[in-house]
Amino acid sequence: MSLYNNQLGNPLFKFVRNMILILLLLLFALATLFPIYFMIISSFGDPVEAGAVSYSIWPGKFTLDSYRFFFAFSEHSYRWLWNSLIVATVIMVSNVIFATAAGYSFAKVRFRGSKFLFGMLLVAMMIPYQVTQVPLYILIVNIFDIPNTYSALILPSLVTVYNIFLAKQFMSSIPNEIIESAKVEGCSQLQILTRIIMPLSKTVMAVMAILTFMDAWNTFFWPFLVTNTMEMQTIQVGLKNFRFANTTYFSPMMAGATISAVPMFILFFSLQKYFLEGVTVGAVKG
Amino acid sequence: MARTASSNRNRLNRGDGAWGYAFIAVALVVYTLFTAYPVVSAFLISFQEYKPLGSTYIGLDNYTEIFKSSLFWKAIGNTVVYTILTVPVALILSFAVAVMIMPLRKWMQTTFKAVYYLPAVASGVALSVVWLWIFDPMQGGILNQLIGAFGIDSQNWLGASSTSMFSLVLMSWLSSHGTSIIIYVAALLGIDDSYYEAADIDGASFLQKMWHIVVPCLKPTTLFLLVTGVIGSFQVFQNAYLMTGGGPDHATTMVGLLIFDTAFKYFEFGEAAAQSLVLALMIGFMAFLQFKFLGKDVEY
Repeated sequence: MSLYNNQLGNPLFKFVRNMILILLLLLFALATLFPIYFMIISSFGDPVEAGAVSYSIWPGKFTLDSYRFFFAFSEHSYRWLWNSLIVATVIMVSNVIFATAAGYSFAKVRFRGSKFLFGMLLVAMMIPYQVTQVPLYILIVNIFDIPNTYSALILPSLVTVYNIFLAKQFMSSIPNEIIESAKVEGCSQLQILTRIIMPLSKTVMAVMAILTFMDAWNTFFWPFLVTNTMEMQTIQVGLKNFRFANTTYFSPMMAGATISAVPMFILFFSLQKYFLEGVTVGAVKG
Repeated sequence: MARTASSNRNRLNRGDGAWGYAFIAVALVVYTLFTAYPVVSAFLISFQEYKPLGSTYIGLDNYTEIFKSSLFWKAIGNTVVYTILTVPVALILSFAVAVMIMPLRKWMQTTFKAVYYLPAVASGVALSVVWLWIFDPMQGGILNQLIGAFGIDSQNWLGASSTSMFSLVLMSWLSSHGTSIIIYVAALLGIDDSYYEAADIDGASFLQKMWHIVVPCLKPTTLFLLVTGVIGSFQVFQNAYLMTGGGPDHATTMVGLLIFDTAFKYFEFGEAAAQSLVLALMIGFMAFLQFKFLGKDVEY
């Protein structure tokens, strides 16, 4: 028994009902996937100005000229991808290491002020980012004087409160007995963390790694604020510049958008399970 | 016995404090520098006329400036309209999809969840570029072709103040609802079968089960999604910035965008800090209201 009456009624009724549901679900899926579909098929069109093309929602021509046009826009266009990759990778690795350590510390290690400090972190999650953006900009650009560097792009995101929270939630469910018996066997806390806790927390670490990488790759606002030469921009900022500089070039713009999105699609399709798991890991007891 | 056990534990836990601090050290430094300090600094700056070399305190002038500004009120109005038009629709859509997914086979559920999540992995900049062309005001624009099929005249979607807000709302309706769908599905799976069994014995219809079992059981989930949705919607910046720049005639200037403009277009850091603190207060107040009035019988 469940919400739907699966036992009652004849099989034909059940079949028709499921078909109708699938049809409705497909329609909605079509509507939300359309922009992505449109982006990809249009990116293979000719790099001509929009006045000369009429858009079609069916795949027609296939040429990579628009991709060439996009990369030819700036001599640094390949570097945007490289910059994004570096920044996202460093942010991902540092978050996994430091958020895991901090999460374990808050979940299982007893030390003075642990509750208070964790409370302080939680308060920070409720502050809108607009509050910190101006002082953060002043700090990085005027006080540290490091605008337009990898440090400026990476430092503020080295470890996020959200990831610490995620790790702590997950590790709270690890039984204390495991840790205690490891201590009896003479393990130090560092050994417990690296030999016991980390292997047990592979899932949450994978989820954290993937979501953090995706966020860092897709982020636009902060790189846009702190970079001021083409050479240091990330792909998202580069795409925005391309858009404002070539307002009428339809296919090349779509090619640029595709380039910025495709790495994430590949990541998504190969690690789908973790993406979907990540949503519920974060929301439970949210 | 108890004493030895506890003294054993004390012996085992010796040195834990130092490790505890060591493990959080980096997190604490990052937090202090890039979150705690900026929050404190935002407070101070909001009472200043900010200049790179020596700011001057001007008391509450920034705040009075904000409340006198008609643009600020307009931005709040726009943000409220946008929130009311997007958040409830997103909740209803995700709820409906989650309920419709339930009777399907496991592999189909997973496939649909993945499909609905997919647009969320594309960057906001990429999607905004695509939507810009979907909203092309020419007759050949995709959306204009679509409404043309129904005999409606072409619209200047993003370019006219009458339709620009609706265009952003439409974009949000058709964006990824994967996250909330997955959360709803998880919550639906968590409802105990015995409720349905009891309802079946009483001869309850599908709609009655829906109203008397599913809706109350999912209230905590709905509240969670509502609160996070409203908070997110009040901070909306990127789409408005990339699609319309707040125009035309400030018809799509949201608070998030106004703060950005104040800070990084006009370089009025003091006023921007004050605006952001007012926004933070509003968000906090609304989250409080939602918990108070909707969360009465919700347990966590």
